[in-house]
Amino acid sequence: MRWARENLFRSWPETIATLLLLSLLWKTIPPFIDWAFLDAVWKPDSKACRASEGACWGFVVEKHRFILFGTYPYELHWRPALATLILIGLWVFSAFRAFWKSWLVAVWAVGLAVIGILMWGGVFGLRYVENERWGGLILTLLLTTFGIAAAFPLGILLALGRRSDMPVIRALSVGYIELIRGVPLISLLFMASVMLPLFLPSGVTIDKLLRAQIAIILFAAAYLAEVIRGGLQAIPKGQYDAAHALALPFWRRTYLIILPQALRIAVPALVNNFIALFKDTSLVLIIGLFDLLSTVKISLNEPAWTGFGVEAYLIASLIYFVFCAAMSSYSKSFEVRR
Amino acid sequence: MLVAWFLISNTMANLEERRIASGFGFLGRESGFEIGETVFMRYNASDSYARALLVGLTNTLAVSIIGVVIATLLGTFIGLFRLSRNFLLRNAAAAYVEFMRNVPLLVQLFFWYAVITEGMPGPREALSPLPGIFISNRGIFFPTFSGVPELQGFNFAGGGAISPEFAALLIGLSTYTAAFIAEIVRAGVLAVHRGQTEAAQALGLTRAQTTRLIVLPQALRVIVPPLTSQYLNLTKNSSLAVAIGYPDLVSIANTTMNQTGQAIEGIAIIMAVYLTISLSISAFMNWYNARIAFR
Amino acid sequence: MIEMVKVNKYFAAFHVLKDIDLSVARGEKVVVCGPSGSGKSTLIRLVNRLEEHQSGKVIVDGVELTDDVKKIDRVRREVGMVFQSFNLFPHLTVLENLTLAPYWVKRVPKKEAEETAMHFLARVRIPEQAHKYPSQLSGGQQQRVAIARALCMKPKLMLFDEPTSALDPEMIKEVLDVMVELAREGMTMIVVTHEMGFARTVADRVIFMDEGRIVEAAPPAEFFSAPRTDRAKLFLSQVLGH
Repeated sequence: MRWARENLFRSWPETIATLLLLSLLWKTIPPFIDWAFLDAVWKPDSKACRASEGACWGFVVEKHRFILFGTYPYELHWRPALATLILIGLWVFSAFRAFWKSWLVAVWAVGLAVIGILMWGGVFGLRYVENERWGGLILTLLLTTFGIAAAFPLGILLALGRRSDMPVIRALSVGYIELIRGVPLISLLFMASVMLPLFLPSGVTIDKLLRAQIAIILFAAAYLAEVIRGGLQAIPKGQYDAAHALALPFWRRTYLIILPQALRIAVPALVNNFIALFKDTSLVLIIGLFDLLSTVKISLNEPAWTGFGVEAYLIASLIYFVFCAAMSSYSKSFEVRR
Repeated sequence: MLVAWFLISNTMANLEERRIASGFGFLGRESGFEIGETVFMRYNASDSYARALLVGLTNTLAVSIIGVVIATLLGTFIGLFRLSRNFLLRNAAAAYVEFMRNVPLLVQLFFWYAVITEGMPGPREALSPLPGIFISNRGIFFPTFSGVPELQGFNFAGGGAISPEFAALLIGLSTYTAAFIAEIVRAGVLAVHRGQTEAAQALGLTRAQTTRLIVLPQALRVIVPPLTSQYLNLTKNSSLAVAIGYPDLVSIANTTMNQTGQAIEGIAIIMAVYLTISLSISAFMNWYNARIAFR
Repeated sequence: MIEMVKVNKYFAAFHVLKDIDLSVARGEKVVVCGPSGSGKSTLIRLVNRLEEHQSGKVIVDGVELTDDVKKIDRVRREVGMVFQSFNLFPHLTVLENLTLAPYWVKRVPKKEAEETAMHFLARVRIPEQAHKYPSQLSGGQQQRVAIARALCMKPKLMLFDEPTSALDPEMIKEVLDVMVELAREGMTMIVVTHEMGFARTVADRVIFMDEGRIVEAAPPAEFFSAPRTDRAKLFLSQVLGH
């Protein structure tokens, strides 16, 4: 009771606020529970769904394969499923600081190769599946993974370039970063989707997936560059002095002394950036790729299931939330340790 | 150097092949498409592409400015609630922030659009929380100086209206950005030294007075830079309007590009506009920082 | 003026104040000293409820301090506090720092508040700094402004939490001089400090604390020349040795 007094009812305005909040919760939570659980229809029967007042989770039951795997051939779904698990496994594996050694790169290389074989097939008796048919969760994860992997070195170069003494390099870096950060991702996706084909000799086409991936990489690099620059600025000046005094050449110096420290400082901000990138992959829906959000939206197009958008997007929210919340609590664990 | 040459020559060849003229001449041509909603501007299908893009720009600015105002108010309150001694308030605010920040904006936009178009009743059974205001799946209607909305047939006439697209975009953008603003406000308030609140309380100031007179002015210094960057994010995020059918700049530019094939010019226009907006906001922020730096 | 009866305080599991019994009369000047971590600061912060006690009673000017916000506000109006780190409001001028509380808490009209402020600024001997910002003043000046700020509320009792510990040595004297004058005028004061010279000159009583308990309490003459407990003797030898 004492706890309640101290934490909820300390003063008159606070008491009113608590009561208002409680009444708001009382008005919304029981009806929500009714809608989402008690009255809900779990069978994949669209007629039953329309007849009932509750949520239509039958929609999810019916469509979950399409939502998770897109237009990948139905009987081969074990392949993207396995690929997804391997990719998530690689991420979880990399999260342990104990494993941040040079053989981690080898582990990733092997893992990605296996994923590539699973997804494309064509070898080891696996049927070939062109990447236009990839979709769903694995696509979102792949776009994020390669996005980060390629944007990271590019971001490092840009951050170093921005701090460089050579005016041309500095100008180019600043120009790139400010340009990319000043425009919405969608314009870059349009640019990649529409303009890239124009830049190449006729007859040469770039895969749509690749175009989107390039746009995402270019976008992420600019933001990562700023985060890394923050890390570079946060290193005590004495470190730079010491590195110079050891007479190491620029790249050695940077690679051995400066970057490891800058990156360590920047880890929480970097993870935040990764989370943002993961969320941003949802935009590829707009240029016609079948990421997770896209498959959810498309599954609503079937006449039997139109009108259940609320349920669909709640499920999508849940999936994204699980991934992002996991990543952000990982990032918070860094702040605590340091 | 060589790379640039390679790209440019390919581009020219490709454009010629598809018989697409370069340059911005197309802007003067008649657009031939209608735009669903405008803000303070009159437009019809016989107006030029340039005018269409201008309408898109005003639409973008409209939803961005209103969004910024709502997001700031909502975000400030939630940020302060996060610091409250009240257990319920504090955790409710924390839950809000966690959820909003971990779900992509596009998902949220689709969600709100679905809520309005599927969840709200038709105009005949429209919800009316206050007299004169009606919420239905065709939009939100409210009284203005020129009249009050009245049900005519299957829809409302008179008064002002917000389309479901605008409403979904506005609600989605504001609630999403408010979560980020809440964190910024919280960090700003926490950045003010405890000794300041102690001195204020020792002098007898109430909690409200302490927050208003001592904490917030000092917190603002820490809050303004990331806050302006969130304003910029909101403006850029408004470009997602193209996914739910609100005719903002990107949406209209996209239609224009599809109709005329002038992709490069179209994208250049989009980027130029957003760059101008973001550089102006950066300039403002630098001015503000310089002004308060001395103290 | 102040009564503390069997007061105990915990920071989570740490027992920071143990069975404190203390009485301070009106007009009395009490100096609290002891090794760091002994609970001195916590003790005086109980008086204006910047810290809460878990058991026992704290009564200030007849008002018992509990969770009742109204009582706390009443007590804080009559108790002034000066902090080790000054805690002046950096975004306000010196004059604004001084008039803020009288204007907002006691509803004193602006003009009258400014007159009072200038009067006390003159008392602490820096009236010409009225329109400067705290960052433009030296440490000693800032602390004197802090004292003036507390005085503008016309308190019945002044608390000083190590007021000179954050100052450069050459500025300590100017602050102590102001405090001595205040004492001579009859202000009830509780001062936590390491400045033993001040204690000798001004204190009616010296209280020595160690590990959360009041170990010794005696008039300065007695305390400095003939400390009764070993811990007090040890402390004095360390502090007075240099």
